[in-house]
Amino acid sequence: MTATAISLRGLSKHYDQVRAVDELDLDIADGEFFSMLGPSGSGKTTVLRLIAGFEEPTAGTIVLGEDDVTRRPPFARDVNTVFQDYAIFPHMSVLENVEYGLRVKKVGRAERRTRAEEALATVRLESYAARRPHQLSGGQRQRVALARALVNRPKVLLLDEPLGALDLKLRREMQIELKEIQREVGITFVFVTHDQEEALTMSDRVAVFNEGRIEQLATPVELYERPASAFVAGFVGTSNLFRGEAARELVGAEGAFVIRPEKVRLDAEAPADTSGLCVAPGVVREVVYLGSTTSTVVALDAGPTVTVSHPNTDTSIDAALERRDQRVVLTWRRDHLVSLEEETA
Amino acid sequence: MLWLGVAYLGALAALLITSLWMQNDFTGNIERVWTTENFQTLFTVDVYRTITLRTIGIAALVTLIDAVIAFPIALYMAKVASPRAQRLLVIAVLMPLWASYLVKAYAWRGMFSSNGPIAWVVEPFGLHSPGYGLFATTVTLAYLWLPYMILPVFAGLERVPDSLFEASADLGAGSWMTLRRVVLPMAFPAFVAGSIFTFSLTMGDYIAVKIVGGTTQMLGNVVYDNQGAANNLPFAAAVATIPIVVMLGYLAAARRTGALEQL
Repeated sequence: MTATAISLRGLSKHYDQVRAVDELDLDIADGEFFSMLGPSGSGKTTVLRLIAGFEEPTAGTIVLGEDDVTRRPPFARDVNTVFQDYAIFPHMSVLENVEYGLRVKKVGRAERRTRAEEALATVRLESYAARRPHQLSGGQRQRVALARALVNRPKVLLLDEPLGALDLKLRREMQIELKEIQREVGITFVFVTHDQEEALTMSDRVAVFNEGRIEQLATPVELYERPASAFVAGFVGTSNLFRGEAARELVGAEGAFVIRPEKVRLDAEAPADTSGLCVAPGVVREVVYLGSTTSTVVALDAGPTVTVSHPNTDTSIDAALERRDQRVVLTWRRDHLVSLEEETA
Repeated sequence: MLWLGVAYLGALAALLITSLWMQNDFTGNIERVWTTENFQTLFTVDVYRTITLRTIGIAALVTLIDAVIAFPIALYMAKVASPRAQRLLVIAVLMPLWASYLVKAYAWRGMFSSNGPIAWVVEPFGLHSPGYGLFATTVTLAYLWLPYMILPVFAGLERVPDSLFEASADLGAGSWMTLRRVVLPMAFPAFVAGSIFTFSLTMGDYIAVKIVGGTTQMLGNVVYDNQGAANNLPFAAAVATIPIVVMLGYLAAARRTGALEQL
């Protein structure tokens, strides 16, 4: 087991009546790329701000490495933050921005310069040192913010939805690049996002937040293949949920079950051998062409509506569209069903 | 817009033309003869140089005092006060502007009088009121123009996103360092914007100095006395060009800091 970078114990933050963070226990390992995923208002950003020291917890402790930093101000914590709006100092050049952390810590001029240039090289902005922030694009500013934080070689780097303001193509590129940079510098990254794809792409582990608590803490694969709750199944990727009467009829068991859209087969007739399969007839309601895949929405005779997703490997979209309003049979393997442990409320 | 330009620039042009005329020493009538005599007098007679330097000095001092007092107030209003307290403070800062200038100047005359509140406070320490003069003029002017400094600095600080304060702390800077390296440099254009008011209003003032200045003279007095008592409009106009030239120089310098975009 590797050393622990951050350890949160019983961490709570209440605003009047709202429990933004509710008795959180969490350990993040050294060198990990850790994501906190959740809808807005789920408490993920508050946790980040508590770790950075911008907010004081109502209860609980924050341990950074060996140090209890719970009551320390932000400038006395060995963490740095990449802000959602980047928070680049507009009155300083790119180089001065990157040097800032070293300058206030009284690092000598020559070392400061060398380290700032290294950090700019890491984010591939060497040639932009003399630029002013207003001369940069959003993506470049984001890199400056990253370099400004990395130059201090913090124990932990906190990233607050840093890719949120970028367009999709740039965001995809930055996801891969961030992961590469993290591997290169070996610093623990704590990444806050509401984008499940982003979290799945980059992270070693993901914590899914809901209403101030962690719903599930797992690797991306586990999170997708074995969601622990209906909330996680719904938030991470698309999923089809059966519970109650529908579960009894389709699965033949009590409880709540999830099947991912890409695990469902769609045929005109039921296959001859149905051992180990669930079979569900229904009517096609909608066909949505998504370029690389086609999504088909089927209303099952048993009640629920199911989304089925298939790669467009050899089907033509015209054929798929003709299926609208036709009767079909859906089949999926019983072992692909995920059983949810649901509270018996 | 054009009308504004004609009316405004026309008056300025008339001023410049008048300053190039002269007054007949015997009759006191104005003679429309082109001459630079007025400016020669201004540059050669020592007393005018002294008054000019004194006026610029007072204007600079008033600006400095206002900047020092305005900064903590503006910072508190912009970044610390609750929205409700912020509204109340903005009203409190604006309120003195609703009161008559004369009333406020006379209030300070009362403050500085030999048996006024200041005398009353310092008496137990064996001191007297500083009385009317340079000091009282500076204090009164600094009081009168303070809102014109607070408001632009407040607006300037309000535009600084909170995340910049957090980023500075996050990168290891204490409050003092953040103030020095982030807040002050970012507020600087706003200070310059405010100083345009405090500086120019002081340069042109003649009433406050009449009321609390004792025998102290400023450029404004000289203009007033020459066109009033002495009826020497050409010389008054020549004196009036001094603050105009000084302010043009000041505005040109202010423009370079980006302060004019802050107004």
